[in-house]
Amino acid sequence: MIRQEPTTSRAPEGTAPLFEVRDLTVAFVGESGPVPAVRGLSYALSRGEVLGIVGESGSGKSASALAVMGLLPSSATVSGSVRLRGEELLGLSDRRLARIRGSRIAMVFQDPLSALTPVHRIGDQVAEAVRIHQGVSAAAAHDRAVELLDAVGIPNAAQRARAYPHEFSGGMRQRVMIAMAIANDPDVLIADEPTTALDVTVQAQVLALLETARRMTGAATVVITHDLAVVAGIADRIVVMYAGKAVESGPVVPVYADPRMPYTIGLLGSVPRLDRPGRPLTPIEGAPPDLARLPQGCPFVSRCPVNVPVCRTIEPALEPVARSDRRAACHRRGEIAFGRIGGAPVFPLPEIASAREESPRDGRPAVLEVRQLVKRHPITTGVVLRRRIGTITAVDGISFDIREGEALGLVGESGCGKTTTVMQLLELAAPEEGRVSMLGRDIASLSRDGRKHLRREVQVVFQDPFASLDPRLPVGDIIAEPLRAFGVSLDRRHGRVRDLLDLVGLSAEHANRYPADLSGGQRQRIGIARALALEPRLLVLDEPVSALDVSIQAGVLNLLEHLKVHLGLAYLFVGHDLSVVRHVADRVAVMYAGRLVEVGDADEVFGHPTHPYTQALLSAVPIPEPGTERQRTRILLDGDLPDPADLPSGCRFRSRCPLFARLPPERRRRCSDVDPPLEPRSTGDHQSACHWARDNPILPAGAGRSRTGRSDTD
Amino acid sequence: MGRFLLRRLVHHLVLVFVAVTLAYVLASLALDPRSRYEGRNPPAPPAVIDAQLSEYGVNDEDPLPERYVHWMGGVLRGDFGTTVTGGSINDELWSRALVSLRLLVIGSVLGAAVGVLVGVVSAVKQHSFIDRLFTAVSFFFIATPVFFTAVLLKFGALQVNEAAGETVLFYTGYETPGLEAGFWGTVTDQVAHLILPTLSIALGLTALVSRYQRNAMLDVLNSDFLRTAQAKGLTRRQALYRHGLRTALIPMAPLLAYSFGTLVVGATFTEKIFGWHGMGEWVVDSITRDDINVTATVALFTAVFVLFAALLSDVLHAVLDPRVRVTA
Repeated sequence: MIRQEPTTSRAPEGTAPLFEVRDLTVAFVGESGPVPAVRGLSYALSRGEVLGIVGESGSGKSASALAVMGLLPSSATVSGSVRLRGEELLGLSDRRLARIRGSRIAMVFQDPLSALTPVHRIGDQVAEAVRIHQGVSAAAAHDRAVELLDAVGIPNAAQRARAYPHEFSGGMRQRVMIAMAIANDPDVLIADEPTTALDVTVQAQVLALLETARRMTGAATVVITHDLAVVAGIADRIVVMYAGKAVESGPVVPVYADPRMPYTIGLLGSVPRLDRPGRPLTPIEGAPPDLARLPQGCPFVSRCPVNVPVCRTIEPALEPVARSDRRAACHRRGEIAFGRIGGAPVFPLPEIASAREESPRDGRPAVLEVRQLVKRHPITTGVVLRRRIGTITAVDGISFDIREGEALGLVGESGCGKTTTVMQLLELAAPEEGRVSMLGRDIASLSRDGRKHLRREVQVVFQDPFASLDPRLPVGDIIAEPLRAFGVSLDRRHGRVRDLLDLVGLSAEHANRYPADLSGGQRQRIGIARALALEPRLLVLDEPVSALDVSIQAGVLNLLEHLKVHLGLAYLFVGHDLSVVRHVADRVAVMYAGRLVEVGDADEVFGHPTHPYTQALLSAVPIPEPGTERQRTRILLDGDLPDPADLPSGCRFRSRCPLFARLPPERRRRCSDVDPPLEPRSTGDHQSACHWARDNPILPAGAGRSRTGRSDTD
Repeated sequence: MGRFLLRRLVHHLVLVFVAVTLAYVLASLALDPRSRYEGRNPPAPPAVIDAQLSEYGVNDEDPLPERYVHWMGGVLRGDFGTTVTGGSINDELWSRALVSLRLLVIGSVLGAAVGVLVGVVSAVKQHSFIDRLFTAVSFFFIATPVFFTAVLLKFGALQVNEAAGETVLFYTGYETPGLEAGFWGTVTDQVAHLILPTLSIALGLTALVSRYQRNAMLDVLNSDFLRTAQAKGLTRRQALYRHGLRTALIPMAPLLAYSFGTLVVGATFTEKIFGWHGMGEWVVDSITRDDINVTATVALFTAVFVLFAALLSDVLHAVLDPRVRVTA
C-alpha cells in the first residue's frame, strides 16, 4: 500500500506498513541559503511490494533514497519521518543506523564501477557485508560470500571471489552489488538507477536478477530510475517526482494508461518507443526550475502547455484523483483524461516534417560507402621499447552504405566496435584494410587539399554536450569556428551563426552566452549547429541524446528529424538505445564483436529480425507500457561480449547464442566451423549473418508499421 | 611482479649511468682545478702541476673521454677517485652518506607520516577550524624557504635553552665532539643534535604532503565506494579506515617516494645551517673548490637514491593498488 498523506491515526499493529516515509524533506547548503532537494515526499510499502520512483536529474529521487539510509553528507538537513516496522530511523546516530543499513535496508547503487572499493577483493567486500551483521568467523563469511556470488550468477564464484573490481565487467559488478545487498535478507531493498549505464542485454539480466532477489528475500523494493520503461516492467506502484516533489502516484497500470499530471503525460509522450515507430514525440519545452530559486506556484508551470492563472500562484498539493487510489498534483487533474483536456491533447503533437518526395533508395547517390573495413589495435608491452605482442581486431570487415537523405542507425553493445568504426571514418585516413568512399571519392586516394575539402561534407555531433563545447568560448564563436577554419569572412560568419541558431531552435541572443549558462538540451543544439555550419551532407551522430534527460531528448530527436528532411542530410547515427535508433533511423546495422550481423531497412530489421542477436537485443529493450511490458518474453543472453583477443571459432555470437544452444549437434558444427557471412533475407536488402536465421517477430503487434512517407526499396 | 621490477631496475640503471656521465662531463667542463694550483704562492712549476692533476685524473690537458673512462672504471671497481687535494673520496663518502641518511630518513619518514595524518584530518574535517588552521600553517611552511625556517628554529632553540638553563637543543653539528658519556649519554647527545635539523626537513615535507593528501582524501570522501561501504552497515569512521584511507594513499606513493629521493641534495641548506657534514654540504663545497670527482660522485649518489625512490614508488603503488599489479 502506498499512502501519500500522513494518516491521522497510526494503523493498528500488524497492518502497519513495513516501510513508511512521510513528509521527507532534504535541503543542501547553497551559496545563498538552503537549496531544497526533496520537498515533502511520502510513501509506504508492504512486504514484497515494488515501488518505482521516476524523475529526471535533479528531481530529488536519489537524494530521498540517501536520506532514508542516512548517507547524505552532514551538511544536508533532513526532516520528516522514515519508519521501518514502526521504528523511526531519522535522527538515529550513525552507529545505530549502521546496524540497520545493510541488514534491514539494503541499497544497490548506480555505476558499479565506482561503487566497489578498487583495492579490496570482490569476495572480501561481500564477506564484509556478512561479517558486519552476522558476527561469524572470517572463513564462514567468505564461504557465504562465495555462495552469494554463485546465487547472483557469477560463474566460477569461488575463484572469481579472489578478483578485484576492475577485473569484472559492468554487469558482473552490478551482480556483486546485488549479492552484497541481499547478504542479510533485508526487509527493504533500495535500487538507485540500478541499470543506468548498462547495455540493454545486461540491463535485462540485472532486472531479472533484482526480481529474483526480491523473491528470495521478500523485501519491499524501491527502484529509482529515470527510465519509465524499466518501471513499467517491474513496479507495482509508481511515484513521479519533479522539482523535489511527488507530482503523481498510483498503481502503474492506470498511471501509464491515464496520467493526470501534465508532466507525466509529457514524459510518456517524449519517450521513443520501440513498439510505436513513427509516432511523433512530444517534447516538454524548457528546463526544470532552479531549485535554489523555485518560482511561486506550480514548479512545472513554465513548461506546462495547459497552465491556468492559479498555477502561477498556488502550488498544487498531491491530492486524490476521483474514485481511485491515485494522486496527482495538478489543479486541473479533474479535467485531464487519457492525456487530453477538453478533447484536445495536453501536449499537441508537434508538426512533423513530412518526408519529401523521395526517389527509391537505389536511385539516390551514396554519401558513404564502406567496404570490408578493418581496424586493428596492437597490444604492446614494454615502457621504453614498445613491442607488439598481439592484435585486437576491433572492426573486422564491415560493409555498409548510406544514401542521400537517409539515416543509418549503427547499434550494438559497448565494446562491439561501433565507436571505433566512427572514429576511423571521421579520421578520413586510408583504412588499413578495405575501402571507404565518401561522396563517390575513395578516401585513400585523397590529397591533403582533397581531404580538407571533404571535411566540410562530413561533420560530427558528439555524445557529451558538456565536454564537447569549449567552456571558454561564447556560443557564437563555437558555432563560427568551423567557418573560420575554412576562411569565411567575419560578416558572413555573423549572419550564418544567426541562421544556424535559428535553425536549431535557439535565438540569436544565445550567441553571446557561454555554454555553462545553457542546459544540456541547448548545448546539444549548439553542437548540432556547429556541425551544420559548413553545410555538410553527412552528419555523424555519436550517441547524441544519451546524456540528455528524456523530456529534453525528445526535442533534440525532433530537431534531427526536421533537419534531415529539410536539409536532405544523411545521418550515421550511433546508439545503444534501440528505441531511439528505431525512432531516427531509416536503415539499421547491428554490430557484434566487430562484425555486422544484421543490416537492412529499419522496419524490416526491427519488425522481422532474423539474427538471434538482433532478436535478443530487441527483446531486452523495455517498453514503457505496463500491460505490454509484462506479457513479453525476454530472450536473456548469458554473460558478456567475448574477449576480442580470444573470439570463438566460426560464428562469434555462438558463445552466447540462444539458438545455438537449442540446435542439434550436427547443425551446431556448422556454427563452430564456418563464420557466417551476411546473406540476403526475405525482402529488399535485408541481410543477416546466421546459418540458421529465421524470422522471429519480437515486438508486439504494430512494430513493423512503416512510417508514412518513408520509402521502401522494394 | 618481480620481473616487472627487475625490468624497471635495468631501465633505471641506464638512466643513472646517463645522469652520472652528464654530471661528470659538465663538471669537467665547468670546473677548473688547475687554477687552484696555479694560484699558489710560491708558484709551482707547470710540469709539477700537470703531473699532480693527471695523478688525480682531472688534468684538462688529458682528453676528456680518457679521464672519464678512467674515473668510471674506478667507480665500477668501487673506487671513486681522489679529491682535488688528493684525499680519498671513498673515506669521506661513507661517513658523509651516513650523516645525510640519518637526517633524511628520519626527517622524511616523520614528515611524510605527519603530512598524511594532517591531510586526512583536514579532509575529514573540511572547512572546520582545524582544517583552516592546518591549511594556514602548511602554506606558511611551503611559502617559507628552508633557510628561514631553520633560522627560526635556531632562534626558538635558543629560547628553549635559556629557559631550561642548559643546552637542551643543539644547533651545530651532529654530535658533541670528544664526548665521553657512555652509550646512553651518546644517544641522548645525538638525539639532541638531531631534533632541529630533522624538524626543519620534516616541516616542509609535512606541509607539502598534507596538501596533496587532503585533496586525495577529499576525492575519496565523495566516492561512491565509500557510500557503498556505509550502505553495507559500516559507520562513516569505519568506512573511512577500511575503504577510504588506502585508496587515498595511492596517489601519494610516487610523491612520497620521489620527495625522499630528491631531498638527498635538497637538504643542502639544512646541512649548511646546522653544520652537518653531509652530502648536500659536500657538493656545494666541492663545486667552490673546483673538485670534479667529488661533484660527479655526489651526482652518482643522488642518482642512485632517485633510482631507489623510483623502485620504492613502484613497489608502494603496486602494494596499495591492485589495478597496477602486472603479471608478466
